[in-house]
Amino acid sequence: MPRSNPQLSANGELQHLLSIEGLPRPVLEQILDTAESFVGVTEREVKKVPILRGKSVFNLFFEPSTRTRTTFEIAAKRLSADVINLNVAVSSQSKGESLLDTVANLSAMQADIFVVRHDASGAPFLIARHVKRHEHVINAGDGRHAHPTQGLLDLYTIRHYKKDFARLTVAIVGDVLHSRVARSLIQGLTTLGVPEVRVIGPQTLLPGAVEALGVRVFHEMRAGLKGCDVVVMLRLQHERMRGALLPSAQEYFKHYGLTQDKLAAAKPDAIVMHPGPMNRGVEIDSSVADGPHSVILPQVTFGIAVRMAVMSIVAGN
Amino acid sequence: MRLAIRNARVVDPASGRDGMGEVFVEQGRISERFSKADRVIDAGGLVLAPGFIDLAARLREPGFEHKATLESELEAAAAGGVTSLACPPDTDPPLDEPGLVDMLRRRAQALARSRVYPVGALTVKLQGAALTEMAELAEAGCAAFSQANAAMADTQVLWRALQYAATFGFPVWLRAEDAWLAKGGVAHDGEIATRLGLPGIPAFAETIALAAILELVRATRARVHLCRLSSARAVELVRAAKDEGLPVSCDVAVHHLHLCERDLGYFDSNCRLDPPLRSERDRDALARALAEGVIDCACSDHTPVDEDGKHRPFAEAEPGATGLELLLPLTLRWGAAQALSLAATLARITCEPARVLGVEGGRLAPGAPADLALFDPDAPLLIAPETLRSQGKNTPFLGHELRGRVRCTLVAGQVIYGA
Amino acid sequence: MKLPEAERLCEQLAAELRARVARETAMIGLYTGGAWLAERLHAMLRLELPLGLMDIAFYRDDYHAQGLHHDPKRTRIPFDVGGRDLLLVDDVLYTGRTVRAAMNELFDYGRPASIALVVLADRGGRQLPICAQHCGARVEVPAGMRLRLKRAEGGALALALEPERAA
Repeated sequence: MPRSNPQLSANGELQHLLSIEGLPRPVLEQILDTAESFVGVTEREVKKVPILRGKSVFNLFFEPSTRTRTTFEIAAKRLSADVINLNVAVSSQSKGESLLDTVANLSAMQADIFVVRHDASGAPFLIARHVKRHEHVINAGDGRHAHPTQGLLDLYTIRHYKKDFARLTVAIVGDVLHSRVARSLIQGLTTLGVPEVRVIGPQTLLPGAVEALGVRVFHEMRAGLKGCDVVVMLRLQHERMRGALLPSAQEYFKHYGLTQDKLAAAKPDAIVMHPGPMNRGVEIDSSVADGPHSVILPQVTFGIAVRMAVMSIVAGN
Repeated sequence: MRLAIRNARVVDPASGRDGMGEVFVEQGRISERFSKADRVIDAGGLVLAPGFIDLAARLREPGFEHKATLESELEAAAAGGVTSLACPPDTDPPLDEPGLVDMLRRRAQALARSRVYPVGALTVKLQGAALTEMAELAEAGCAAFSQANAAMADTQVLWRALQYAATFGFPVWLRAEDAWLAKGGVAHDGEIATRLGLPGIPAFAETIALAAILELVRATRARVHLCRLSSARAVELVRAAKDEGLPVSCDVAVHHLHLCERDLGYFDSNCRLDPPLRSERDRDALARALAEGVIDCACSDHTPVDEDGKHRPFAEAEPGATGLELLLPLTLRWGAAQALSLAATLARITCEPARVLGVEGGRLAPGAPADLALFDPDAPLLIAPETLRSQGKNTPFLGHELRGRVRCTLVAGQVIYGA
Repeated sequence: MKLPEAERLCEQLAAELRARVARETAMIGLYTGGAWLAERLHAMLRLELPLGLMDIAFYRDDYHAQGLHHDPKRTRIPFDVGGRDLLLVDDVLYTGRTVRAAMNELFDYGRPASIALVVLADRGGRQLPICAQHCGARVEVPAGMRLRLKRAEGGALALALEPERAA
């Protein structure tokens, strides 16, 4: 029964980024501060720094995703690393090759960083237990468990617009049950000292023991949004729902979709976030998504800087 | 052949005996004292108890020989002091035909090791639809009938199966789990599953099914043994059922007496078990209930899984833990934690399971089969791939040092392990 | 051993530089000591263009050995580097590797017309063909020590010797 956090080396340095849970506050802050430096890089003419020159980043996506994979690829290339994309979903996995065999084969090809997305919670932990000392694993999303780089870029975005975590009320709305984005963000917010984190959704979409994560539960959206500084909308993930969780997208939108009217319950300077891709008219109204409160597009830019920060920190440890 | 075992701390849970003494064996049975023995074993002050009776040990034959074989698992049983074991019907093919049961019994008998009691399938192919020929299977040697861990969604079929079994007086062994509520779940639906993002199986998946089973017992008076209780609430339902006088008994898997959801750690797939490890409160309730006798006995639920089956992400890993060689040390640890005497502790793996299984063993009275375990309760036992004889090296206790080491095991007066 | 006074060296450098600065001259200071020095010089020389500040963390040549070992500050260059005459300012010139990294980074911003290196102290020990066009003083540093610029609460600058930190 392993007890020590497999992400951190014996002297507390970040070897892998597997989840936000278990990372001490200074480590999170180091990542955010480093990301800040990289934002400057992405804004200038030559958007590259030479720091990972000669290193190989393997994108191992067992679950297909163009968006996340592309942002990791851009981030790696801006660090001057070589990027190899493996849509494993299509190739060796379907031939029955085990997860660890796939990783071992790639390891033999001198990888430095594995960016892994998998539909089974915990898969990156299994991989991290079996890679070589100089190889680093970055979790790009595992099942319902964690999406740490998304959580970090959400934290970065909140810090950018709101500065001080210690005074905030943050609401996360939607399918928390199936959301690794929500779990990672909740963990990050609590580690960084946000005094009130709320989840809003119907009982069917909230995990049974959700309070154990340190959040306040609301089933009524206006009540939940009252006085919020940050509103994070989760995608209604049709593909993840099994069984009778919701009757229809229409009824969901009526009670849990973010409209101007519901947003009025939050603070006047509240920001609206969304991990993307958005289902307009299902969880969020277009006028809000495109409106002045929305910081959804800046999230994407920050996402590249955050991923650059994570890769440059782990690869150097 | 006359065998005398001298200088032993003789512990017989059935009679409460616990003291230094001797045990005499003649013609494979415990006998009265005699003066001249053909062979003498000096027990060196170690504990001599009835050989352990394990109500659930998967031997993986027929069908899963890549995971384990009768040879390897019976060797593990002998090393663990287990002299009788019941094997669940979830082999491949399942034990739903007399020919398969007969073959298994013959194979086991030919190896002349621990006694093997096959448990027959309750329904054909364990599919929960058609009844098996229970009378034929009983004649071939089945001690009871069960669905193993296979779901049984159709309560109408369950009712008929219990009625049919009751007709002949056959015991039915059932794991209480609602097929729909457990569907897709891999861990206890609680704090840990929420944090780890694992699909959960709520405790009420067990209690809803258990309530249904108890109602059917009331209606049919079938003798039912409930396998692998996992929650505090289930314990309460069983307590009430026993108080009412219903013909039920139950067991708990020895791992569930010590571990809970927290032990999953960082997705340790050795902790992927069926039923899942639940909360601390559930674990503590199970441990207390076993001490009180509400739970009748502990078993290993021995399930060897090969490396491929465990080196996978948690939800994809095969459930189960190897257990024959850990039954004694884990039971001793439980008994010590509950402040029970050695005799009371060992009762849970000797005379109590003998009663449930309906066999003669589990006691040291004259005339009883000479199935014996000689062990050192304080000797350390390192749980490691190289020390485990089972082909299954999958246990949450890997790398741990437990206490309680078997030195010698006898079945029908023959030494099958050690000395 | 007695170190030269940083404040006095500042004044000396400013006097030297006054002769060569023009309206178009830009200045960039390297974090952290070089940035303090550049702030001082920038004010003394009344340069028109705003001061640029640079962190070379992502251009160092020791990443593979040391990793990203401190929290990088954000490089800000609030003017167009292309075609510009630049004054690159650092506190102590030693092996020359920091300046090499700084120049590499600078060229990712554009192609300057010229770069002149301004340092408060030169301790020798160059490992690369780099030299300072304007130098406050040469300083001998005993083995196992490092030379650093310190800034007091009131803003006063001073040179100090410290034991070399274990790698």
